[in-house]
Amino acid sequence: MSDLGDLYQELLLDHYRRPRNHGRIADADGVADGNNPLCGDRVRVFVRVRDDIVQDVKFEGGGCAISTASASIMTEAVKGQTIGDARRLFKRFHKLVTEGIDDPRGPAHGTGERAGDASAEAPPLGKLEVFAGVGEYPARVKCATLAWHTLEAALEHRTETVTTE
Amino acid sequence: MSPSLTALNQPQPRQAGGFDVARIRAEFPILTRLLAHGRPLVYLDNAATSQKPQAVIESVCGYYGCNNANIHRGVHTLSVEATQAYEAARRKMQRFLGAERPEEIVFVRSCTEAVNLVAQTWGRANVRPGDEVLITHMEHHSNIVPWQILCEQNGATLRVAPIDDSGELRIDEFERLLSDRTRIAAFTHVSNALGTVNPVRELVELARKVGAVTLIDGAQAAPHLPIDVRGIGCDFYCVTGHKMFGPTGAGALYGRYALLDAMPPYQGGGEMIKSVTFEKTEYNAVPHKFEAGTPNISGVVGLGAAIDYVERVGLAAIGAHERDLLEYATAQLSAIPQVRLYGVARHKAAVVSFTIDGVHPHDAGTILDQQGVAVRTGHHCAQPVMDRFGIPATCRASFALYNTREEVDALVSGVRKVIEVFG
Repeated sequence: MSDLGDLYQELLLDHYRRPRNHGRIADADGVADGNNPLCGDRVRVFVRVRDDIVQDVKFEGGGCAISTASASIMTEAVKGQTIGDARRLFKRFHKLVTEGIDDPRGPAHGTGERAGDASAEAPPLGKLEVFAGVGEYPARVKCATLAWHTLEAALEHRTETVTTE
Repeated sequence: MSPSLTALNQPQPRQAGGFDVARIRAEFPILTRLLAHGRPLVYLDNAATSQKPQAVIESVCGYYGCNNANIHRGVHTLSVEATQAYEAARRKMQRFLGAERPEEIVFVRSCTEAVNLVAQTWGRANVRPGDEVLITHMEHHSNIVPWQILCEQNGATLRVAPIDDSGELRIDEFERLLSDRTRIAAFTHVSNALGTVNPVRELVELARKVGAVTLIDGAQAAPHLPIDVRGIGCDFYCVTGHKMFGPTGAGALYGRYALLDAMPPYQGGGEMIKSVTFEKTEYNAVPHKFEAGTPNISGVVGLGAAIDYVERVGLAAIGAHERDLLEYATAQLSAIPQVRLYGVARHKAAVVSFTIDGVHPHDAGTILDQQGVAVRTGHHCAQPVMDRFGIPATCRASFALYNTREEVDALVSGVRKVIEVFG
């Protein structure tokens, strides 16, 4: 990594300026709040799950470019996935932003009960690869992962506010 | 990289008033450090912590390499030397703050601990149900939360004097909120988030009229302005060493002797006692009564060296240099239409808090960091100040004696880069 264009790429900035799936789901069956009060990043994630498939996912709120774009690209990435695949994708994404490594099986080999079948491969990162540069900025990992942790809480019907600070 | 950046660590021309910033910079080893991609460090986060001159680093190394022993304990040579070095630092701090007696200086871990010490000793003993504690809207959390805890414990009420749009304290409101119920007025000398310098002497006078005790948070004042606690007339004054070129973990509380003497101890343990039996413990004299346990001896020794350093350079010269940087930075940043400044008080320390339209301060901070420019982004432990201006955070550039106009230029070109990236 040698250039700041690697972090603030046009794709990321585009999702910051025009977030996708921004809004509420009226008949959501999972809603959770994420809040990083030190940053002022605040996100509410809505999910509708049918037959183990994330049929719809939307978010409200936002904050910095990295947290807002992460929420936006996340909604595109998990829509239509099974819950297990969505979780495996989070693990894969998490490894990418914390270690800069793309491992289809995520960081938790052998401890992946929550990910379902630990040996299963996560879906490809696709647009999520734009966050690879976050690994160089450890202080910003919390921004990139807030929406994902909040999605996880929504899927698990947890009511406490999620924070990554 | 701009040509001005490459020249940062090279000798600079002497500046007005004979202040030789190149010579100053040469005394701070960290300033020669290159960051990733060979970028020079542009350190503009001095309100968070200052860098350390060689003299301070050597004093800490020298203490551990030559004199290390516990203080006030043994009769052996090293213990005597360590005690002398520690107590010499107390006398330096006494002189630096203008205190009457060295016993009026209590060494603590930080400004935060100094405020907590007063709240939990003087406060617990003197604040009664129905009493009031007056603070201001521009306080750092460390001068808010200890008073909230005290008010909760003792059934008192916390009052907050407002600030205006420029970031200045509303002195009329401060005066209006003072009454015979006010036990203590606690306020900052210099706002860490806005740079506002408060008219502390005037505020102390107003508080004294109603019989209130006064505490001043001097964390942001100590390395930048001359401090004279007797001239100000305050009862307590708090400083932290690491913001004035000393090591982290060592600060000081000044308290008027009569008040300190009458206060109950803070923590119990060694050093703070005269004699201990299971039936009764007799406490040590001021200031040792408040210094339970082995203190941060090396930190205090380093703090003493930091005071020597500041006095050698001279606060008048430091003040003039920092005023020049403040004026230059304010003018340069104000010229950018997308930049909004927060805190434009008439009397300011060299702190510039700003936001860039459409850009979260953390994104701005990351892009500035990529240019080698270190600024603080966030709420600066002053969330009520952020709320007052309706923003979650700002970018804050805060200057010290070793900063240069070229570094301001690096900040400004970094800000332009942020605007370019976010288009």
